[in-house]
Amino acid sequence: MAVAAADSSPPLLAVEDLRVSFRTHDGVVRAVRGVSFDLAKGKTLAIVGESGSGKSVSTQAIVGLVRGAEVSGRATFAGKDLLTMNAEELRRIRGARIGMIFQDSLSSLHPYYRIGWQIVEMIRAHDGSVSRAEGRDRAVDLLRRVGIPHAERRVDDYPHQFSGGMRQRALIAMAMALGPELLIADEPTTALDVTVQAQVLQVMADLQREFGTAIILITHDLGVVAEVADEVVVMYAGTVMERSGRRELFYRFHHPYTEGLLGSLPSEQDVRRRLRPIPGSPPSLIRLPKGCPFHPRCPYAFERCRTDVPPLRPVYGDEAHLSACWLPTDPAGREGARADAGVTAEARGSR
Amino acid sequence: MARFLIRRVFLGAIVLLLITMMVFAIFFVAPNDVARTLAGRQATPETIALIQQRLGLDQPVWKQYLTFLWNALHGNLGYDYYHQVPVTTIITQALPATVSLAVGAAVIWMLLGVLNGVVSAVHPRSVADRALTGFALFFYSMPTFLLGLLLLFFLYFQLSLAGFPVFPAGGYIPLTENPVEWFRHLILPWLTLALVLAATYTRLTRGSMLDVLGEDYIRTARAKGLTERRVVYRHGLRSALTPVVTQFGIDLGQLVGGVVVTETVFSIDGLGKTAVDAINQQDLPVIIGIVIFAATAVIIANLLVDLAYAVLDPRVRPH
Ligand SMILES: Nc1ncnc2c1ncn2[C@@H]1O[C@H](COP(=O)(O)OP(=O)(O)O)[C@@H](O)[C@H]1O
Ligand code: SF4
Ligand SMILES: [Mg+2]
Repeated sequence: MAVAAADSSPPLLAVEDLRVSFRTHDGVVRAVRGVSFDLAKGKTLAIVGESGSGKSVSTQAIVGLVRGAEVSGRATFAGKDLLTMNAEELRRIRGARIGMIFQDSLSSLHPYYRIGWQIVEMIRAHDGSVSRAEGRDRAVDLLRRVGIPHAERRVDDYPHQFSGGMRQRALIAMAMALGPELLIADEPTTALDVTVQAQVLQVMADLQREFGTAIILITHDLGVVAEVADEVVVMYAGTVMERSGRRELFYRFHHPYTEGLLGSLPSEQDVRRRLRPIPGSPPSLIRLPKGCPFHPRCPYAFERCRTDVPPLRPVYGDEAHLSACWLPTDPAGREGARADAGVTAEARGSR
Repeated sequence: MARFLIRRVFLGAIVLLLITMMVFAIFFVAPNDVARTLAGRQATPETIALIQQRLGLDQPVWKQYLTFLWNALHGNLGYDYYHQVPVTTIITQALPATVSLAVGAAVIWMLLGVLNGVVSAVHPRSVADRALTGFALFFYSMPTFLLGLLLLFFLYFQLSLAGFPVFPAGGYIPLTENPVEWFRHLILPWLTLALVLAATYTRLTRGSMLDVLGEDYIRTARAKGLTERRVVYRHGLRSALTPVVTQFGIDLGQLVGGVVVTETVFSIDGLGKTAVDAINQQDLPVIIGIVIFAATAVIIANLLVDLAYAVLDPRVRPH
């Protein structure tokens, strides 16, 4: 079983009905609309979905990094709700117990401060007893562990003197400096070329094993998902479309949106590629369509889809495999729908 | 770096050359009756010719200009027409008052402007932001002479009338002569200059700070679990200050060359007031001397600003 909920121990992180909205001049942007997921200690959860589907906003809202937004719901981390904590409690958790890495490593590091200084600053923000010299030694050690050559010298470099891959590794070193229980990695390899991507993922995997860190990995790369994820959340227009173990998602997906992302017939070889574009574009988060948010682009869409919002419910008799779609939830019924919609599905597949 | 410096110094010299030419041209295009004024009402044409000869005004303009350049290159900016005092002496005597005024005001406007700007940027659209921005706009749109006169009216005239002569009407007491009086005489001029300029700095800091606070590395700083204070000052302000420092260098460079309006309103015998007096008397050597000095100050300030960039931003530093 891929899902920890069956376990008796509570999950490390339980997000329930997370909602985030922004007031803008054009209206209220409902960026996240009721997202729920669990993550067990030491496991990896992948979040996939087209750009703008709310992946970054939902993960950043959990740790209080989304400013100027209304946030509601619960995000229970090690037994305490992050969303109702006071600022100082949350600050102590950020960096120390929850590490974060972002996509653009150059803009994510302060251009005016040395790499080592930025790592030491973070260590000392949580443990004032660490001296600058000790902190520096630890920074060198961390940089060495993530594979920065001549770490004892490069620790004094500025971010612009590092290559993209090295910077991303430095960011990982920083995020892992205090052995966090959770690492949120927001498209950490998107800006890197393929070989460097693999190295960076390897570094993350090694540190995960060493510290027993759970990882939320936001990615566009289904190959990465296939390799590292234990569970997958598929997001669209601020909601979860499908949630399941990794194998279930690839071989027994239920949701047409997931199907669109994967292409029509994923095979083991086929899986190694980026999300394929789906015709059409995501809806406005200010004025969402009635019913299923995916219906304007869904080749299966039928009457009910245009009026009622489908709830996230178990499919294929598997309590750990959820899908927000009105199609039949039994394998045969879902397969039948595919055949009925054959023409359109075919048309899409041949693009 | 050395090449950059040489280039800049060379360019600066050319700019200075052009400026002196322009001042010469303007002066000689306008009718010039310095000799007549000096000679007095009942002067004979002979006397006037004699004076013109003595001042070198009988020479062709281009020759006067070359003579001037030659002397200037040897550190001699000439003598004033009326009392034959060396222009360099006139400048060195007027400089301390101007520098005192400019530097003191700079301290005030930087503190006021930068702090206001940070508060406004950290709480955009808050009551504090609106109040501070309104405050800034009020002084920004006020002419310096008007603010100076208002301060004089209320803080000197009315206060003295009420029996509290806290502030003097004007004038300048050298720091070396009496530090307390120096300070007392400069408070109102400082405030005049600083309030008008603080507005610019509030707006500049606010805008720069708002841009910086939206940067990814600020999000990283928060994700690291730094205190909000550290995020704002150590990470935000550190970057936001770069354009502010640039503006500061340029403003200070300009002010050191003379603070015309403020010096005139408060009768401070600095470079600005000296220049105005010289213009009224058509005292060419003094005018040119001060113009050259002011231009040099601006050129040096610009050079220092460029060097400051390298100090502030490691990305433009040679490694
Ligand atoms: N500060 C903000 N103000 C208004 N809308 C925002 C803001 N931040 C994000 N959004 C909107 O929220 C939606 C989700 O964004 P995001 O979580 O970054 O998507 P993803 O990471 O999945 O690509 C986007 O439509 C984006 O425009
Ligand atoms: S609910 Fe309807 S429109 Fe939405 S994904 Fe399922 S079939 Fe398509
Ligand atoms: Mg994103």
